[in-house]
Amino acid sequence: MELRLDIPEREKFIKMKGKHHKKEFICNTDSVAGSVSQRACVYSGARVVLNPIEDAVHLVHGPIGCASYTWDIRGSLSSGSELFRNSFSSDLKESDVIFGGEEKLSKCIDEIYEKYKPKLIFVYSTCIAGVIGDDIKAVCKESSNKYNIYVVPVESSGFIGNKAAGYKAACNSLLELIKEFPVLKKEPLSINYMGDFNLAGEAWIIKGYLNQMGLKVNTIFTGDSNFESLKKATASSLNIVQCAGSMTYLAKKFEETFGIPYMKVSFLGIEDTSNSLRKIAEFFNDKDVMLKTEKLIEEKTKMAKHIIEKYKSYLKGKKAAIFVGGGFKAISLIKQFRELGIDVVVIGTQNGQKDEYEKIEEIADYGTVILDDANPSELEKFMVEKGADILAGGVKERFLSYKMGISFIDHNHDRKHPLSGYEGAINFAEEVYTTACSPVWKYVKDGVKRYV
Amino acid sequence: MYETYKSVNENPCNMCMPLGGIIAFKGIEKSMVLLHGSQGCATYMRRHIAEHYHEPIDVASSSLNEKGTVYGGEKNLIKALDNVVKVYNPDCIGILTTCLAETIGEDIDRIKSEYKASRNISIPIITAPTPGYGGTHSEGFVKTSYRIVEELSTNKERHDRINVIVPNISTADLREIKRLLELMKIPYILFPDYSDTLDSPFNFPYKKIPDGGTKISDVMSMGGSIATIEIGVNYEETPGKYLQDRFNVPLYKVPIPIGLRNTDVFLKLLKEITGNPIPKSIEMERSRLLDGMIDSHKYNFEGRCIIFGDPEMVYSVFTTCMENGIHPLLIATGSKAQRLKELVISEDNPLNVDITIIDETDFSHILKLSEEKEVNIAIGPSDGKYLTEKGGIPLVRLGFPILDRVGGQRILSVGYTGTLNFLDRITNTLLENKYKTYRKDMYEKYYKAM
Repeated sequence: MELRLDIPEREKFIKMKGKHHKKEFICNTDSVAGSVSQRACVYSGARVVLNPIEDAVHLVHGPIGCASYTWDIRGSLSSGSELFRNSFSSDLKESDVIFGGEEKLSKCIDEIYEKYKPKLIFVYSTCIAGVIGDDIKAVCKESSNKYNIYVVPVESSGFIGNKAAGYKAACNSLLELIKEFPVLKKEPLSINYMGDFNLAGEAWIIKGYLNQMGLKVNTIFTGDSNFESLKKATASSLNIVQCAGSMTYLAKKFEETFGIPYMKVSFLGIEDTSNSLRKIAEFFNDKDVMLKTEKLIEEKTKMAKHIIEKYKSYLKGKKAAIFVGGGFKAISLIKQFRELGIDVVVIGTQNGQKDEYEKIEEIADYGTVILDDANPSELEKFMVEKGADILAGGVKERFLSYKMGISFIDHNHDRKHPLSGYEGAINFAEEVYTTACSPVWKYVKDGVKRYV
Repeated sequence: MYETYKSVNENPCNMCMPLGGIIAFKGIEKSMVLLHGSQGCATYMRRHIAEHYHEPIDVASSSLNEKGTVYGGEKNLIKALDNVVKVYNPDCIGILTTCLAETIGEDIDRIKSEYKASRNISIPIITAPTPGYGGTHSEGFVKTSYRIVEELSTNKERHDRINVIVPNISTADLREIKRLLELMKIPYILFPDYSDTLDSPFNFPYKKIPDGGTKISDVMSMGGSIATIEIGVNYEETPGKYLQDRFNVPLYKVPIPIGLRNTDVFLKLLKEITGNPIPKSIEMERSRLLDGMIDSHKYNFEGRCIIFGDPEMVYSVFTTCMENGIHPLLIATGSKAQRLKELVISEDNPLNVDITIIDETDFSHILKLSEEKEVNIAIGPSDGKYLTEKGGIPLVRLGFPILDRVGGQRILSVGYTGTLNFLDRITNTLLENKYKTYRKDMYEKYYKAM
């Protein structure tokens, strides 16, 4: 099969397992202009990470669009305040762009304080705030002092990099905030859970497992978290990181700053969930924890496998394509599809890292196409060439998939059902079955036969 | 009248200019859009538009990074144009600017001219300045439509068609307008016609640019049409105005034909301009609407509504509510609405309701006023779900965007048939809400143990 593309520059972002490549594979760099990248901006990365902090005000300093497109579009659930589900913007207009927006920003914070008296406000910088050179840090500092609350700047001007730079900006803001609080004494069997945004209650599922294993969860970053829970983060003995792309940086910083070690985990699929829980238990090296963990794994695996087997019989032999945000998630998804007897033939990510792509290539089947920062045209081309029956991706990919007559799994952030842990593995299997075995494809394929 | 004097926008009731521009360009046959700015804009708008239309929405970005922002984005824009041509092979390219490109002062017209000359490209490349801080998606739609007509309409050779220029209405509405024109046997140029491109049938194999859209040759001929009917009353600087000023094409501006009166106005105008009679079948539809209005008038009288969304849509929904005895207590838009305000005030008010109009507003303000006015039904795009969630006000979904339901693009509201359809949705929402609690309500109100 040829890897030749309409945009030759894109060839270095694509490889095929088992094929000798002359050019080095490139990832984590700027997108090719005009290639219709699926990636978002720095601001979006920062917003995703911080937004689930539920009692914080998230104030976007910029024109209205940035706040409008991110208002409550993610399915993070909260057990407390719902303040985070609002979208605040300084709504910069033309005159603000000309004369500067600092004064307006300061007024916005005044109004917000007046109405909500929040303990914590995040102020996000956007392209325009960056370009007109508003000193957001100074405004935040002044407002912090004025009201004796935490007003935290997030340096997330859209153009300063890609989404990954936004993750980093968010992590830096979190770190700066936590550094303000007294460092607590480490509790022996306690843990922070990083890189879970509690979509459809996923963080609650994992927290439940960890509690059952005899561990205490201090802080979740940032799913179902709040000002008080962030204060407790330094009391933990271990950080586990689920969404590696967004939060490994924070975990590293926690290790440097507070001496808390970290490990990457994955709770997607039975195999990864069980391995991760075991790894965590081994870290604590506590007999009681180990016993409880094995018991949990055994019970849950049995329950999940029983249900999944039922679906597997219908799905064996189908082929899948993956296009998700991070490489770590893609790796888990390959395994998860395998648990259902499905081969993965195309794997793409928005923001995968070099080591993740190496791992993907290692575990992928011979001939699998691997792409960084794929665009719709490439996804289309390779799904057709490799005969994919199903695509796992986000909102924008869903409609491409459907228009091609290919079934689709939502791995986006506004879904209403969890995909984490054993419960998530069951949901995943059920969703794959629901879409891949829908009667609708029969009519689609009949149509194809009739006309071709 | 109630004005807002606050700085912070809490829960926006509008989107930004380039989004409207994208939709306008999707109404041109075989066109492709490119946003000059940083990447997130294209991605966010694609997501938003895709979720409403349930269609793949390809929009390219020049992916401006830090270097491009500091030293100018010309290189990125040229590369992006090259790649768009290679991958999509379009017949027309639209370049929309974003906040970033405008603020760093990109001269996209010069870059475009030099690009066309250096690559020897003959397809039209149309630029539209659409900074996100310059207006809302409604203004972006109108401004971009204006730029397309200004750039393409050069042929003033007279012909017998009429221009029908539309605002951002649903694809089902566009198809309904075409059906009415065809029933009246009127040759027309509908612009911008995204009825097929943003609601394309399932086809095999997949097409990167779906079929449909106003033909470029048709846009070119708009200057030679016998008249322009422009659907939309809120904006002054419109494509119809341009055609009138430049080519003396008589301009008639009408509200979106939702409601009995607005549809009457639209059809009578068509009849007057062309001399073609309104066929019996359309008259039957009118009578059926009237019959339906009678069926539901008592239920509708209990409606105390908030109408929000794009100014054009808001105005027609307002007049439709008025003629059906639904009390429009609050009218809100995130856009600027000077004309809309005048029109609402000048409207005959037989219901004698105190109407509050707010523009450039947000949902936190809309909710506050809705609660003060004890509104019992909301009509507008799906962000109004906030009013349902926080204030328990049921929402009739209409307009753009509908992100939390399927079929937003298929909601039919124009013409007599569409109006009846729309009216039934309102009446049934009122009934559903009433039946939900009336046993309990009546018990609490009247039952006394004796």
